[in-house]
Amino acid sequence: MKEKTTVADIDRSRYDFRFEEDEKDFLGSGLTAEILDELSTEKNDPDWMRAFRQHSLEIYNKTKMVEWGPSIDELDVDKIVTYIRQKSRMNTDWNDVPDDIKKTFENLGIPQAERESLAGVGAQYDSELVYHNVRKEVAQSGVVYTDLESAMHDEKYSEIIKSHFMKLVPPTDHKFAALHGAVWSGGSFVYVPKGVKLEIPLQSYFRLNAKGAGQFEHTLIILEEDSYLHFIEGCSAPKYYEAGLHAGCVELFVGKNATLRYSTIENWSKNMYNLNTKRALVAQGGKVEWVSGSFGSHVSYLYPMSILNGEGARAEFTGITFAGEGQNLDTGAKIVHNAPNTSSYMNTKSISKSGGISTFRSAVVVKENAVGSKSSVNCESLMLDRISRSDTIPAMDIRTKYADIGHEAKIGRISDESVFYLMSRGISEQEARAMIVRGFADNVSKELPLEYAMEMNNLIGLEMHGSIG
Amino acid sequence: MSVLLSIKDLSVSAEEKELLHGISLDLESGGTHVLMGPNGAGKSTLGLTVMGSPEYAVTGGKIFFDGEDITNESAYERAKRGIFLSFQNPVEIPGITLSEFLRNSLEQITGKHMKLWDFKKKLKAAMELLNMDSAYADRDLNVGFSGGEKKKAEILQLLMLEPKLAILDETDSGLDVDAVKTVSKGINEYKKRTGGTIFVITHNTRILEALTVDKTHILSAGQIVAHGDAELVADVIADGFDKYIGK
Repeated sequence: MKEKTTVADIDRSRYDFRFEEDEKDFLGSGLTAEILDELSTEKNDPDWMRAFRQHSLEIYNKTKMVEWGPSIDELDVDKIVTYIRQKSRMNTDWNDVPDDIKKTFENLGIPQAERESLAGVGAQYDSELVYHNVRKEVAQSGVVYTDLESAMHDEKYSEIIKSHFMKLVPPTDHKFAALHGAVWSGGSFVYVPKGVKLEIPLQSYFRLNAKGAGQFEHTLIILEEDSYLHFIEGCSAPKYYEAGLHAGCVELFVGKNATLRYSTIENWSKNMYNLNTKRALVAQGGKVEWVSGSFGSHVSYLYPMSILNGEGARAEFTGITFAGEGQNLDTGAKIVHNAPNTSSYMNTKSISKSGGISTFRSAVVVKENAVGSKSSVNCESLMLDRISRSDTIPAMDIRTKYADIGHEAKIGRISDESVFYLMSRGISEQEARAMIVRGFADNVSKELPLEYAMEMNNLIGLEMHGSIG
Repeated sequence: MSVLLSIKDLSVSAEEKELLHGISLDLESGGTHVLMGPNGAGKSTLGLTVMGSPEYAVTGGKIFFDGEDITNESAYERAKRGIFLSFQNPVEIPGITLSEFLRNSLEQITGKHMKLWDFKKKLKAAMELLNMDSAYADRDLNVGFSGGEKKKAEILQLLMLEPKLAILDETDSGLDVDAVKTVSKGINEYKKRTGGTIFVITHNTRILEALTVDKTHILSAGQIVAHGDAELVADVIADGFDKYIGK
């Protein structure tokens, strides 16, 4: 499976984004200054946030649609309800969560997971955070893990939120960032004080439930000097027939010599448009470690970005993408080396099957001042049949001679020889293929917490089931 | 002695070219059989076809194992019946350790769950017999193994899986003298322990020095041209293949 094979020429038309509708109508009557005002009133937004939403809407209306990547022509934002009315108030006691919502989460195993190994659980149901709890000892260490909306009203955090919110991902970044700035709702706020190293991960689940609903949650994490946090974000959504949209935003601030590990397994239903923006700013000696699994969605644009802003800052990105029938997943990562002696390491695997399209897109930018920096990018693709596609689009922009940059890409298929070898040892064809795919994904699953690695292996097993024609 | 593998008038093609032309061959249960022949005679093709490689199409004839027609069975069904092929060039499979793979395979073939402790004990003993560093158990299957290590790993599988029929395709090729001895020791241990049937495919004779050969068959240009006993091996050593292939 490591053998290199010729890959068909890239069909450019796929990347020529055509959006012919009047852009002012993009959200139809769904999004107006008045509606945002109502939203602000309902949420009791502070004045600055009320203004922020209005300003974002103006930017949104002026910003062109993205013109690269997979087509999102079929995304009809008119049909997407941008804000789902609050279904229930915040709860910190599981028993107070309404039954139908509780059932959904119980199906996801959240309270159990919390009891077993998790420090805290935040669960987002539609647009409101309905359940939130942090174990006492975690709270006692000074760690804040709460929903962003209530934190904004807490005078202890309001300033820090105001000074960080959408500073890394400004609404001017792209059209969906502007949309996010206008209609964002729910999400998490995490603050880890200086020197605090959380040994158990914090975990949040996001789940889209209402038909045709959009989800615009915002995650803001701030790590002070010398701290450590592992944050796990899990996403899944039930299958609905109308296209759903996810345009969340994650902003991570990693302080001096701090380390943040951010793990995601995304398994949105296969009609979702996942247009998520994630970004980390890493200070001197700090490190961000991304572990990212993309299994769901109809179309994904996902490229977590790390800005290495202080000397010796590091970024690691480990990702896996599995595109099955009807999926076009455009994923990767971006690293900006903006200080001397920074280093980055990117290792991704992508799998495509049953006509799925998986594209790896990366960018490594090394600024003039980033002397002595190192970057290594390694991507491998595996196509499971003749009708699936895998593309690799790496970009590099190196502005200094004094940097060590490496890139390696491999594209392959499951070889008949490997399948036969395993079969000759008593393993069925289907299991042989699943074993090869799991083996291919192994270095990613090793990075995941055990229960997620198992979930990923199950997902692979599920995706592989019946894959023999 | 009963016949374990019976090949009847077998013709095999790959990519529309016929490689084996009406071969008939019986392997008696418990015997050590040798298939010799010059390069390109079709020896590996025969071994791979008996194992059920999808690369080769049976265009005529039948294969019987333990009296049952297996001509249309897939490789994994044949493996479960007790057929094993030691590959000439074993593939590398990243992300699965040798040990995980073996345990999975063993459980599939026997249909029984094996306790981890028992499995590890058995694996350790087999690796010691083959002078294999135990670290190989936790390495990805064949990935980065040298040619000799790959061959040893094949014989390790033979010792662990204990099949009824062991087809050894050029197991000695590319091995130095010591490695040939080690591998032969493994094959003899398999034989001693299980009384299994061995089918050695080779174009040279080094590996045969350490084995007790019962029957020898010579394949040339896709046809069996001579049958004999152990003495036929000595003749080939002395005179080469020429007199059997009409040169």
